[in-house]
Amino acid sequence: MNKILVIAEHMAGVVNTSTHKSVACALLIPDAEVDVAVLAADDKAAMHAAKLAGVKSVINVTRNEFTEFVASTAAPAIAELAANYTHVFAPSTTFGKDVLPRVAALLGVGQLSDIMIVNGSHSFVRPIYAGNALVHIDADPAKKLLATVRIASFQPVTETGDATIETANITASLPTHTRFVERSSADNAGPDLQSATRVVSGGRALGSAENFQLIYKLAKQLGAAVGASRAAVDAGYAANDLQVGQTGKIIAPDLYIAVGISGAIQHLTGIKDARTIVAINKDSEAPIFEVADIGLVGDLFTLLPELQKQLGG
Amino acid sequence: MSKILVCIKRVVDYNVRIRVKPDGSGVITDNVKMGINPFDEIALEEALRLKERGVASEVVVVSIGPAETQQQLRTALAMGADRALLVEHAYAIEPLTAARVFLKLVEKEAPLLVITGKQAIDDDNGQTGQMLAALWDRPQACFASKVEINGNIAKVTREVDAGLETLELDLPAVITTDLRLNEPRYVKLPEIMKAKKKPLETLTLDALGITASKQFNVTKVTPPPVKQKGVMVKDVTELVATLKQMGSL
Ligand SMILES: Cc1cc2nc3c(=O)[nH]c(=O)nc-3n(C[C@H](O)[C@H](O)[C@H](O)COP(=O)(O)OP(=O)(O)OC[C@H]3O[C@@H](n4cnc5c(N)ncnc54)[C@H](O)[C@@H]3O)c2cc1C
Repeated sequence: MNKILVIAEHMAGVVNTSTHKSVACALLIPDAEVDVAVLAADDKAAMHAAKLAGVKSVINVTRNEFTEFVASTAAPAIAELAANYTHVFAPSTTFGKDVLPRVAALLGVGQLSDIMIVNGSHSFVRPIYAGNALVHIDADPAKKLLATVRIASFQPVTETGDATIETANITASLPTHTRFVERSSADNAGPDLQSATRVVSGGRALGSAENFQLIYKLAKQLGAAVGASRAAVDAGYAANDLQVGQTGKIIAPDLYIAVGISGAIQHLTGIKDARTIVAINKDSEAPIFEVADIGLVGDLFTLLPELQKQLGG
Repeated sequence: MSKILVCIKRVVDYNVRIRVKPDGSGVITDNVKMGINPFDEIALEEALRLKERGVASEVVVVSIGPAETQQQLRTALAMGADRALLVEHAYAIEPLTAARVFLKLVEKEAPLLVITGKQAIDDDNGQTGQMLAALWDRPQACFASKVEINGNIAKVTREVDAGLETLELDLPAVITTDLRLNEPRYVKLPEIMKAKKKPLETLTLDALGITASKQFNVTKVTPPPVKQKGVMVKDVTELVATLKQMGSL
């Protein structure tokens, strides 16, 4: 019997869909029982987590120290909870990438990053070289298996479950050497980039923050989230949390429209799982066309307004 | 005064198109351009800037890798690091082993700060900094886009999925870097010459009393599935029609 603990990512009492997807991955482990750990200041997120289909128990740890999640503070608590489990999973978002390696080192074990395929209880596939190669890994079954889950590879579980909520007390002393100061989010109107079914992204070619509004307009018309290339973010046309790619977000929308983006390997890493990729670029040799399902060569400044018109706006 | 330790890794240059070996035993790295992992280069740049601001007095660059890693350490010295340590090891090691090695170096050097890249662009693990921080029992701030040091406290802004988050850390601590922290300087020829005279010490895992652990066995490496070739459309009308036909609109 494999016992898997999924560490929930949550904010303001709401469990992030990255958790739903990590649970979906955990349920693929043969002969598995899946619990979800919620570290929070109150019960709200635990109550939400209890609805995730397939989850047996929610392990609820409420402490004031978890009002804001700080990896250095939370890691000893997660390491303590891990004692009863064969596997510990967390989403491969900045949340999981930050905390899980710290937990692993406290437990004296390694960690797998970004698992995308489950082939057995200790057998997985994960990407390396920005997704340009896939490694097939057999992990030592004698050791506790910690892994982050590449969320673009899994569909979220539904919220039709009814898990029991267990209160857990932590005896580990939590360090106070790392303190939360503040969080700021750009005011991104429209759907969330990581879970949107449609995404319109703009690149360096937009040329200014003002022109980048063309991307916002098209996105609004399509009910899509807005994304950007690193060059567009670095140039200040778009907020940093909109970056798609190796160092930004890895997304899997049904429709991805790349406008004035050349298609660097690091950008393509972020969109490999998109179902349909549309590329608009004036250079017919741009590498983005190698991965595009539909390519259109031309000047975005004439094509975008035309597209908007034809879409009825 | 205080020291900053920067951990760098020798990796395949980020512009190289990676190919998987036909026998599935790995990726082709023979005769491929190598360089400092881009995120580690940013880590080094930040350390150098902190030194220039008077926050630190010495920047020590450390790496684990084959003998050829000396090339990357020389580049780091040319950028401005004061000295280098190479823990020579011919084979890839798991991040936990790397963290254990760096812990030994940290115990030896007693730095105020360890800065390293948030991930290496070869195996994309993104674990070593956090593991080192855990073993060292010190704070971590990952994905840094801004670092301020005030006495014994660091204020670090991090790039997180929700936007930007700021943490306050008691030093010593570990910081891992994201791309927007800074833009690394170019090395100039005279510095490359000067770097040849800077100290570069070589160590081994054995000498540090560390055995490489192996929890993960790579059974094979495969190329990603190939996408079906797409279609080119001639204008917006055809684009909209094709999208509708595919059920995407
Ligand atoms: C370690 C590392 C990590 C990275 N991570 C990321 C990442 O996560 N995400 C990411 O995006 N990048 C990342 N990059 C950067 C990446 O290598 C590219 O530099 C970047 O993606 C380029 O952005 P771009 O396509 O917008 O700009 P460019 O490469 O400059 O492309 C602009 C494109 O616009 C086209 N164009 C210009 N004018 C017009 C016009 N009027 N109409 C139509 N088309 C036009 C051009 O033909 C060109 O193809 C990373 C790089 C490194 C080294």
